[in-house]
Amino acid sequence: MAEWNKQKQQREARLAAGAKFARGKLVDRAAVTALLEAVIQPGDRICLEGDNQKQADFLAACLADASPKTLHDLHVVQSGIVLPEHLDLFEKGIAKRLDYSYSGPQSYALSRALKSGKIELGAIHTYIELFARYFVDLTPHVALTVARSADREGNLYMGPNTEDSPVVIEATAFKDGIVVAQVNEVAEKLPRVDVPGDRVDFVVVTPKPFYVEPLFTRDPASITETQILAAMMAIKGIYAEYGIKRLNHGIGFNTAAIELLLPTYADKLGLKGKIATHWALNPHPTLIPAIESGWVEQIHCFGSEVGMDAYMRARSDIYFTGRDGSMSSNRMYCQVAGLYATDLFIGSTLQIDLNGNSSTVTEDRVAGFGGAPNMGSDAHGRRHPSEPWLKAGREAAVGDPRLMRGRKLIVQLVESFSEKTVPAFVERLDCLDLAEKFKLELAPVMIYGDDVTHIVSEAGIANLLLCRSAEEREQAIRGIAGYTDVGRARDRKMVEKLRERKVIRWPEDLGINPLDAQRSMLAARSIEDLMHWSGNLYDPPSKFRNW
Amino acid sequence: METLSYRHKAARRAAGSKPLAIVGVVTSGNLEVLVERLLPDLECQVEIATSAHGFGDLWQAVVADFVERHSPGGLKFSINDGGARPDTVALRLAQAAHLIEEDSL
Repeated sequence: MAEWNKQKQQREARLAAGAKFARGKLVDRAAVTALLEAVIQPGDRICLEGDNQKQADFLAACLADASPKTLHDLHVVQSGIVLPEHLDLFEKGIAKRLDYSYSGPQSYALSRALKSGKIELGAIHTYIELFARYFVDLTPHVALTVARSADREGNLYMGPNTEDSPVVIEATAFKDGIVVAQVNEVAEKLPRVDVPGDRVDFVVVTPKPFYVEPLFTRDPASITETQILAAMMAIKGIYAEYGIKRLNHGIGFNTAAIELLLPTYADKLGLKGKIATHWALNPHPTLIPAIESGWVEQIHCFGSEVGMDAYMRARSDIYFTGRDGSMSSNRMYCQVAGLYATDLFIGSTLQIDLNGNSSTVTEDRVAGFGGAPNMGSDAHGRRHPSEPWLKAGREAAVGDPRLMRGRKLIVQLVESFSEKTVPAFVERLDCLDLAEKFKLELAPVMIYGDDVTHIVSEAGIANLLLCRSAEEREQAIRGIAGYTDVGRARDRKMVEKLRERKVIRWPEDLGINPLDAQRSMLAARSIEDLMHWSGNLYDPPSKFRNW
Repeated sequence: METLSYRHKAARRAAGSKPLAIVGVVTSGNLEVLVERLLPDLECQVEIATSAHGFGDLWQAVVADFVERHSPGGLKFSINDGGARPDTVALRLAQAAHLIEEDSL
């Protein structure tokens, strides 16, 4: 007779093994490593919630303490490799295979671990791609999640930091996996329920609140005048020309500059209400002056940001909030929103080649992608028109105009040289060398050139939609590559022709006065200014308090 | 300290009548530009004192582009450089040219 419910039986066995360490769902913190050794089995796929923001840091440390004799060959399927403990799992032989999305702070250590052969790398994904695989071929057997509080039934309250959890837990719980949650406290009654208790098997109260990385805080004090110049060009040459209302920003200083120029420079251009009204965006503190000046109608967030809770609670017309009043984030929903419902993505990169391909991977740094490959891609399933999307489609002029599809604007905003005078424009991406070295089947390109519509640097804007040949594309990129080797090798005659056709636009072509590229043009010039703009509702983390 | 000097023909005299203007500051990664209306109408000179050695060809390229794009005839530029990147140099030169022409714009 065929067995159709083996997974349920296995789940019962795991639960029974774990029950020894629990009273109801509650597990004593000293017993957590033993609990994990009991409910996880060698070879399991596990998701240890670490995304780019909140961290199940206590569970990570407990798992890293497990004996490699008991737990080995785990396959880690999680969005972020962020904590040192995440790599300890591989160093100690507890985990072997890795499928992930993002590794900001561990990008150098990850590169070393790959070199030493301690990690078998599956793929570097974009977030929703990894989430999608949770439902097809990478379903976790065990998910270790993190919440602000739980009740005795295992209901979880995550507050503004919901982030990846609902999708991770849904995939695990409904395929008979085990869900363990670390919480800051157990409460009689939760402010709201973000995850229903029947999807949560074990709860542990941690000695200190979970760690959250303030990843989206950019100190305005560090924004340079060349970044301001590039931001002015993006506003005047792209946001205004296409009438971009629905958009997403990356996390760099250049996009922070755009946010801080909305109430000043963009206001002077008469753009209020005409651009940047609806956002798929993390709670960037640098958007506070624009919000307070009435520029922004609404924002949906992937995750939260340290210090922004009270501000968002007080601005519920702008943010999505629960019945309890606190903001609610969801990385899956917001990534889908960014893919289908925005007309522009703008972000930075470390390297960009002559075809517009970009990558943040270099030989000693494997940073992963996060959301960029998704946000920075044209949604071929999109079927609703909007003026910016149609205008971009007309400029690309592909095929029969009656069957024309629009184009999402994918903008790469770079400085020709990085802070250490490393050129952003290159003949060949470093990720090609990395792919050869680690024998990757797919070179880790962050955004492919055929998705990129514009590249903006302090030297100008290249509109790739208007390029009609590979040669034009190359010269359009060289024409805004400043004094990098790539820029200096431009064909001057061809660049002049491309300027006439507005394929290349330099600051003077856009009527931008270089004297406006001054820090006094920023609506806030420090974290303290942002606090004042917020009516002291924004509570910056201590590492940003330098006054 | 390295000193460099470039002389160019400019297509037009810079507009305005201000005798001089200053932009920027000499800090690390930045530069100060003093511009003075001292030369014949179609001539331009750029003098650079820089703390970073060995970037002569880059300075030459930045200055040549600047003269071609802004035509700063009659102007002498004196630069005190604290090791600024070429994109910052290009921005400061453009700012200096705009500032001395400002009363005519």
